[in-house]
Amino acid sequence: MPERIVVPFGPQHPVLPEPIHLDLVLEDEKVVDVIPSIGYIHRGLEQLVQKREFTEYVYVAERICGICSFMHALCYCQGVEHIMGIEVPDRAKYLRTIWSECSRLHSHLLWLGLFADGMGFENLFMRSWQLRESVLDVLEDTTGGRVIQGTCKVGGVRRDIEKGKLDEMHRALDPFEEKCREIGDVFLNDDTVKYRLQGLSVLSKDEAYALGAVGPTARASGVPMDHRETGYAAYGDLGFKPVVETAGDCYARCAVRVKEVYASIDLIRRAIEQIPEGPLDVKVKGTPDGEYFSRVEQPRGEVIHYLRGDGTKHLARARIRTPTLANIPPLVKMLPGAQLADVPVVVLSIDPCISCTER
Amino acid sequence: MTVNEEQTTISVALEDLTREVEALHAGGYRLVQIGCTDIGGAYEINYSFDKDYQYRNLRLTVGPDIEVPSISGIYWGAFVYENEMHDLFGIPVTGINIDFKGTFIRTAQKYPFSVTRRGGDPCRNA
Repeated sequence: MPERIVVPFGPQHPVLPEPIHLDLVLEDEKVVDVIPSIGYIHRGLEQLVQKREFTEYVYVAERICGICSFMHALCYCQGVEHIMGIEVPDRAKYLRTIWSECSRLHSHLLWLGLFADGMGFENLFMRSWQLRESVLDVLEDTTGGRVIQGTCKVGGVRRDIEKGKLDEMHRALDPFEEKCREIGDVFLNDDTVKYRLQGLSVLSKDEAYALGAVGPTARASGVPMDHRETGYAAYGDLGFKPVVETAGDCYARCAVRVKEVYASIDLIRRAIEQIPEGPLDVKVKGTPDGEYFSRVEQPRGEVIHYLRGDGTKHLARARIRTPTLANIPPLVKMLPGAQLADVPVVVLSIDPCISCTER
Repeated sequence: MTVNEEQTTISVALEDLTREVEALHAGGYRLVQIGCTDIGGAYEINYSFDKDYQYRNLRLTVGPDIEVPSISGIYWGAFVYENEMHDLFGIPVTGINIDFKGTFIRTAQKYPFSVTRRGGDPCRNA
């Protein structure tokens, strides 16, 4: 029997700018067990809810993550709105959907670049991030912020996108999709990519469900679960079908994200075509008294903001369960059997966001 | 097609927790999260489950030093939430499949959200 050794992976590692630590138990080059550790940068942002008024906490919620920042704000606002019985105007719902899908686009393109980098495919990495830049430019143009948008608020949105700008965005979608399909074709059909990813760290459908996997990690294993199906924001009007793959390997997790890029472009296109005229927000009266588990589908999967108000201007509790925390047990199960050299690619395949996890 | 989401919450006693969780597991529910809330000297622990967007929440209320049994024998992935519960709130959880003994989340101050153990005393997980 080969001698077992423990190799530390992280908390500082070239493929991950954020700190997560894995103790990899190896037999020769093969991983046989994994023990994860987090908590190096825990910020305690949940407790700030007791010091910020419920309308101000949106700014804190948005800063939980630098990638899906808009969706954290959206999830928080939807939770407060549900508790207070606030009906958001339709135009605000469509704008929220457009910005959410822009966030998903730039998050997936960021991930595709990092994943290509993890595979050693530098040119593909640069092409992916080049396309991501154009999404960030749209976000900056329409909200004023590339990373933190600050447009979502309790009761609606702060900014409108004028018709001329929406038309400009619509015209830009076709050439943008064409470029995305060019790099998507490489991710999906290139022999070296397939050779590197297919059959690597398979997570079966039953395992993914039993371990509580969410987002592309779950959908790549055949679990057809996407919270956009519940029709929050404008998804109910636009119609939505989750992207699902069945192989459960690293290639399938990559394929789901590539196809979700196309799906997001289509959603933005239809949202621009169908967006109604009308007000952007409603006046918020009173204070939240009650509780709600607000759920939104982020790029990495389902995020939950449990919010509880006691009738004062400060919420009594905000508990945020981010998708990466839910995807750590599946990661621990999918790593054994992989070679040490494949560990960075497998870890990246769940698209870990430690900033979210260390909220 | 839009799916309607429903959320239900039921209170459970400490001695019934494992049985109720086993019933949900047998019913095909996935574990969504476990989260704690300080309710003025005691803790409310929400065990959340989901099946086809139907959200079921088991609510357990315990005193600050009451040991809570782990459900990681039923839901393997529960260890992340139970270690978090211990490390942030100082709630002793017995029988976690991967028990980090207080080192899963390495905060500068031990048990930062605990009502009685803030600042730290040794890990009491059995």
